[in-house]
Amino acid sequence: MNRQRRTFLQFTSSAATMFVAAAAGLLKTGAVWAAPWNKTAFEAKASAEAMKGLGAGNLIESKDIIITAPDIAENGAVVQVAITSRIPNTQIIAIIVEKNPFPLAASFDIMPGSESYVLTRLKIGQTTDVRVIVKADGKFHTAAKEVKVTVGGCG
Amino acid sequence: MADPMKIRATLQGDIADVRILMRHPMETGTRKTASGLVPMHFIQSVIVQHNGKTVLDAQWSQAVSRDPLLGLRVKGAKIGDKITVTWTDNKNDKRTDEVAVMAGT
Repeated sequence: MNRQRRTFLQFTSSAATMFVAAAAGLLKTGAVWAAPWNKTAFEAKASAEAMKGLGAGNLIESKDIIITAPDIAENGAVVQVAITSRIPNTQIIAIIVEKNPFPLAASFDIMPGSESYVLTRLKIGQTTDVRVIVKADGKFHTAAKEVKVTVGGCG
Repeated sequence: MADPMKIRATLQGDIADVRILMRHPMETGTRKTASGLVPMHFIQSVIVQHNGKTVLDAQWSQAVSRDPLLGLRVKGAKIGDKITVTWTDNKNDKRTDEVAVMAGT
């Protein structure tokens, strides 16, 4: 194992964690007209950091989040993902592609005029869990689905 | 000026099924060509409004596919209601397009 690289990774990840902690209080996405782009969460390189950036903690596994995505994606550059949340008062639906270089792919603020459903297409670099975080009534719920990728979609 | 979006909003009951296709390269910043890395260029924000009221506020990363697709369902819609979509990318380019809700099949 490359020791220097290990040390470097450790150092950068702990520095990033501190930064996330410092910025978390400043970057709250609210019901303002256009939520500011959550730089901390989107630039996180590990899904745990991305979740912290979203302010997500105490995740509750939920069967009321339905993720529709292919089991096997032949082309990782275009993977169609649909999410339906049956959790009442869903406020945010966020999609984390766990093994992507920047795991947080998208975050949707659902307003009362919209059903808690979104559909989009994502790039997925390699076989990974696609994790969905739903914020409802201030609580965070989660569900995941594995997508196997034959040809990667990054780079 | 960016290319126009294709938006389709069809009514099913009192719900408008909205599909938006945006034209955007969605560069990740890691793609290499003969002349080096292609800089990051991606849509960061998409706002969907129903008769002027925001119904969905999306924040995106570079992991959304090229020429992005967005689907949503708007509650309490009627034929002729206006669906307005605005995106903003990391170079602060913007594009707004609008359609009227049509009858579904």
